[in-house]
Amino acid sequence: MSHSAGTPRDIDRRQALRRIGLTAFMAGPGAGLLASCATGGGGTSTPTPAGSAAPISADNPFGVNASQQLEVVIFSGGYTDAYATEIHQPLYKKAFPQAAIKHVPTQRIGGQLRPRFVSGDVPDVVNNSGPESIDTSALQQAGHLADLTALYDAPSVHDPSKKVRDTLVTGVIEEGLIAGKPYILNYTLSHRGLWYNAKLFADKGYQVPTTWDAFLALCEQLKGAGITPFAYPGQVGPYYQTWNLLYTAAKIGGNQVIIDIDNLVDGAWQNPAMLQAVTAWADLQKKYGDKAYFGLNHTETQVRQLQDKVAFYPTGSWIENEMTKEIPAGKFEYAVMPIPSVTAADKMPAEAIFAGAGENFFVSEKGKNKAGGMEYLRQMLSLEGAKAFTEKTKNLTVVVGSSDGVDLPPGLKSAAKAQEVAGQNIITPARYEGWYRKLYDYSQTQTNAVMAGRITPAEFCENMQKKADETKKDSKITKQTRTA
Amino acid sequence: MRRLREYGFITGFLAIPVILYVVFVISPYVQAFYLSLTDWGGVSAFPSFSGFSNYTRLFEDEVFWKAVRNHVLLLIALPLLVLSLALFFSFLLNLGGGSKGGKLRGVWGSKFYRVVFFFPQVLAVAIVGVLFQAVYRPDEGGIINGALIAIGLEPIGWLTEPSIAFWAIIGVMVWQAVGFYVVLFSAGMAAIPKDVFEAAALDGAGRFRLFFSITLPLLWDTLQVGWIYLSIAAFDGFALVQVLSVDRGGPDNSTAVLPLEIWKTAFSYSEFGYASAMGVALFFMTITFAVLALRVSRREKIEF
Repeated sequence: MSHSAGTPRDIDRRQALRRIGLTAFMAGPGAGLLASCATGGGGTSTPTPAGSAAPISADNPFGVNASQQLEVVIFSGGYTDAYATEIHQPLYKKAFPQAAIKHVPTQRIGGQLRPRFVSGDVPDVVNNSGPESIDTSALQQAGHLADLTALYDAPSVHDPSKKVRDTLVTGVIEEGLIAGKPYILNYTLSHRGLWYNAKLFADKGYQVPTTWDAFLALCEQLKGAGITPFAYPGQVGPYYQTWNLLYTAAKIGGNQVIIDIDNLVDGAWQNPAMLQAVTAWADLQKKYGDKAYFGLNHTETQVRQLQDKVAFYPTGSWIENEMTKEIPAGKFEYAVMPIPSVTAADKMPAEAIFAGAGENFFVSEKGKNKAGGMEYLRQMLSLEGAKAFTEKTKNLTVVVGSSDGVDLPPGLKSAAKAQEVAGQNIITPARYEGWYRKLYDYSQTQTNAVMAGRITPAEFCENMQKKADETKKDSKITKQTRTA
Repeated sequence: MRRLREYGFITGFLAIPVILYVVFVISPYVQAFYLSLTDWGGVSAFPSFSGFSNYTRLFEDEVFWKAVRNHVLLLIALPLLVLSLALFFSFLLNLGGGSKGGKLRGVWGSKFYRVVFFFPQVLAVAIVGVLFQAVYRPDEGGIINGALIAIGLEPIGWLTEPSIAFWAIIGVMVWQAVGFYVVLFSAGMAAIPKDVFEAAALDGAGRFRLFFSITLPLLWDTLQVGWIYLSIAAFDGFALVQVLSVDRGGPDNSTAVLPLEIWKTAFSYSEFGYASAMGVALFFMTITFAVLALRVSRREKIEF
């Protein structure tokens, strides 16, 4: 989710054209030149059968062949790939000392792996992340993803009396469902809300608002102090604001608003809660925003926040790690605040906050060492693996208790506290983001349009509904549903 | 036997380039035609045929048509702006300084300007994009807006206002292309015999008359080449739009161009079949245009 590792913009034209035209020829390095087509042309793409499987035992619930090689592809972005080579892979090696691990770090997951999926020579574990991550629905439809049910039902490494599924934060497995089955493991836990400088607020005596009126009053105060009260990066991160609109709507009308939107329910975007949320934000932007930010990217905007030129910034808890080198010591301390209640009749309380899992991992169904891949994920989900990850990357994981005793930076501490206060009142992630990428991109374009005042909030809801209806009618798009 | 050796010799030279061309250019084209008839998602080995449905979809795709409209605008604006500016500059650089001692010269310092004009051509497109991010930056850190704010004017959202964003990008394209055509036309002008100019000048032709009655007709071939180059470039625009535009082709798709749409459709939406159909459409647009352009602009060649 974090785009600290760069954006799709980092790709130049030549690279892209080459990819459009020539994905074909990266398909099979070993295949004959002309015979190799983009689609493999009917070569054998059946998986090579895994080597002789070992018997299943409590320590080896998937029957991993101890001497078989395991190939792990890690997106080397904001977290770098050190957590894999220094934490998770040694854990795997500890369990299977003879196993060789082929570690492949890359920043171009799609560019590097797409041809391999076509040719059938697939890696066992993939950290599908970054600007070039592969559309997981497409992978699932092509039968490339392994069902992780067995992993979640396996005994946990640190507490064999429990199943892995019972050691994870509630809702995490559901976030990785495609067509009703768990194919994706989301490893990190992040909190999204409005981020501000706790130091500045303490110094100036600003109170963290819980109601919209108090929020507007504070905005007035901030504006008077020469600080832009609120900004989001319109150039490359309009989705930060799209999230904000969705989560505000969820606060007003409950998580059902988002669930309906995900399920492409008729009229879901025209839910009064959605309209109310968009109106509240569009008005706030009009009154207190600065249109310069429509043309700035996330880094530029975040740097300006660190200079106290922007007070509230909608993003997730990765921001602290992302900006860690830039934070002026002693002057800036990240803290998160839940979106204030818009009305007194909001379905969710003021303290409700978004918590969601991110950082995709999957095991290849057609990999040579599928059992090893499952085992690798099981090791990642051990308390030892998760805790070391949090220590190393300053990011929380989905493993319950993995941040206990870890010295967290102030922003993460504030997020952990916000979650504690929120209790069961957790705003759910919008999954159409991964399910219907085109609809999601469209919602970003519309977010920019409504925030800049080019369309009215009612038009926003109308346009979105039209696009959602189109998506629903398109028989080519595989539909997904969720119940919670 | 001798003929065989001769042909063998020629074939030996041609084989490698032809193979490379077939493998890396022709074959991907052929595959794109094939893929455009399937619903390939990019990761399966066996795409299923979907007939012409990708093409019928194009007709209802708003963004596709927006992009086509942008290309039409580029097709008109880019050659017109670049060629007229380049002609103007190269005329000044070569002949605009009036005559001295019976010889026509460029304006003062023209050798220096010639080099300066060529600078943008040396920069990679991505660098030009990043450079203009700074020029167009919407706050006081932007080069243009910084100046506007300094003299007390409202900053302009060069790339965030749908009505001007595409023109801002066209401006960058023109800035980058002009230098090359200045050099091209300068070379063309140098090839025109000086005595033609001198004879006209003796007959009392002014600078305007010289330009329109002599330079322009005699440069026609070069101009035609430039026009076709630029028109083909008008079907691209990927890199600049990718780097500069808000929300990849925004705001509100006002800067959408086909190559970027193809790239988004294929690599973000995993609709490689549909993206290939767009690519095939783009291919035919470019080819049709190139053929038309060559036909229309064909003209008697003047020998001198």
